[in-house]
Amino acid sequence: MEYLTHLAVLVGIYSILALSLNLVLGYAGIISVTHAAFFGLGAYTSAILTTVYDLNFFLAALCGVLVAAIISLFVGTVLSKFRGDFVALGSVGFNVIVWSVFLNVQELTRGPLGIPGIGRPNLEFGIWNYEFSSNVSFLVLSVIFVALVYFLCQFIEKSSFGRALKAIREDEEALQVFGYRTLHYKLAVFVIGAGLASIAGALFASYITFIDPSTFTINESIFLLSVVILGGLASNRGALIGALALVLLPEFLRFVGFPSDIAAQMRQVVYGVMLIVLMLYRPQGLVGEYKL
Amino acid sequence: MTSTILQTKHLFKHFDGVKAVDHLSVSFEKGKITSIIGPNGSGKSTLINLLTGLVPLDAGEVIIAHSLHFTRVKSHEVAGFGLTRTFQDVRLFEQLSVLDNILVVLTERGVFASLFETHGTLHLAQAEEVLKKMGLWEKRHSLAINLSYGQRKLLEIARVLAMTRSARTGRAADIIFFDEPFAGLFPEMRKVVVSVMKELRAEGRTQILVEHNMELIRELSDEVVVLDAGELLAQGVPNEVLAKREVIEAYLGE
Ligand SMILES: Nc1ncnc2c1ncn2[C@@H]1O[C@H](COP(=O)(O)OP(=O)(O)OP(=O)(O)O)[C@@H](O)[C@H]1O
Ligand SMILES: [Mg+2]
Repeated sequence: MEYLTHLAVLVGIYSILALSLNLVLGYAGIISVTHAAFFGLGAYTSAILTTVYDLNFFLAALCGVLVAAIISLFVGTVLSKFRGDFVALGSVGFNVIVWSVFLNVQELTRGPLGIPGIGRPNLEFGIWNYEFSSNVSFLVLSVIFVALVYFLCQFIEKSSFGRALKAIREDEEALQVFGYRTLHYKLAVFVIGAGLASIAGALFASYITFIDPSTFTINESIFLLSVVILGGLASNRGALIGALALVLLPEFLRFVGFPSDIAAQMRQVVYGVMLIVLMLYRPQGLVGEYKL
Repeated sequence: MTSTILQTKHLFKHFDGVKAVDHLSVSFEKGKITSIIGPNGSGKSTLINLLTGLVPLDAGEVIIAHSLHFTRVKSHEVAGFGLTRTFQDVRLFEQLSVLDNILVVLTERGVFASLFETHGTLHLAQAEEVLKKMGLWEKRHSLAINLSYGQRKLLEIARVLAMTRSARTGRAADIIFFDEPFAGLFPEMRKVVVSVMKELRAEGRTQILVEHNMELIRELSDEVVVLDAGELLAQGVPNEVLAKREVIEAYLGE
């Protein structure tokens, strides 16, 4: 039971990551290989603020959103100078920079040692104080966050803003001729995506109670891309399904019973093969509407 | 009385060695259909691209309605000047529905305003009107990518019509560039486009048409502009211009 609760929390955190990356990749068509950086900025900001400055989790998470938003606005502006595939390459560079800041600015991040002893969220009203210390209560909290993020994404999808994002993905230059300042739209969605990813980071840090730089690498960004692509681009439901599938897949493969000395590698292989097969036969992902 | 609404002065654009538009000074009359003709590669599409900010000018000046001068323009600004266009190589929002292709040019352009707007009954009514006119209303839920070639060209024209119905960019479109809108259309579809252009003229809008078909040019044009190697070869009423020896040599000769 404890194990299932643990998996469900992880699915929740990855759902938020997938939903937010889907806004950027699925709707606006921006190939961003740096989502893990914003995930990490949220995690580190809230971890540092709660451990060193004893700030409440929810305030710390909000600060994480601000940090991610400001940095993403800057990064987005720089990336907007790149053309086509170079955006993806530039975004990789940014992920590497953020990761090496986590690793090297040791006064703040403790570098490779990571930050241990991060507290679970707690709510305080006067004398009433509730801590989400059990995994079940944390799960409830994550579900609430996932629901909020999901409804925000649905709201965006239904809005005129959402339609304009899809048009940008299809033909940005043509859309400009019809009077859209597409750069503003792309920056807006990039910042929203980064802000939401940072919330996932805050949740992750306080759930695991320990973070180190190894979670926030390009590998993680690529993993997130595959979650969104597998679930289906430009579909919020798809993002949820992708998160569910790719978080549970390694657990599922654990039960297939590869000999233990090669199990880890075999899981990687099976995982890779499944992605390739899916992209060959269902390029729009499990429930997506749109092909890259 | 005629009045010039759009004018270029010494417009110049070259692509590594090729002078696509060569010191071109030409003017277009308000409320008329002006056809631009010329051999392949004579700079017709480049001229439209320059005027709609898709390609930056090397030199020269553009004047709209005698008052607005510019030497450089960003493509997101031109809609605010009342300019809109179709594309020779049809450019739709392919993986959006036919209806969304129209709604997107009818709704709010500002980032924040659009975030808090969903399309309303007015937008739908406008979209219905232009899609019905182009015979695409039944197809409104199909993705643009799944339309036939002719339907795709008609959808581009529906999008331009929508731009004439909406002033969301600050100004409803009243100068329209059509870059070979008839190419590849069946006769039935051509008739639809011809009647749309005549209606737009009756509404007083200025249209600039790039076309190769002489019959259509004679039927529609109030004026003809002939380009050759990016230079202005002739301009005037169709009968006179099309009878000129140098025009025939440059264009119809072979
Ligand atoms: N983006 C570009 N890059 C390089 N060269 C270009 C570009 N656009 C146009 N040209 C060149 O400029 C010249 C004019 O091209 P343009 O497309 O304006 O001709 P056109 O009159 O529209 O021809 P067509 O009747 O074939 O459509 C051609 O030599 C073309 O190869
Ligand atoms: Mg052309």
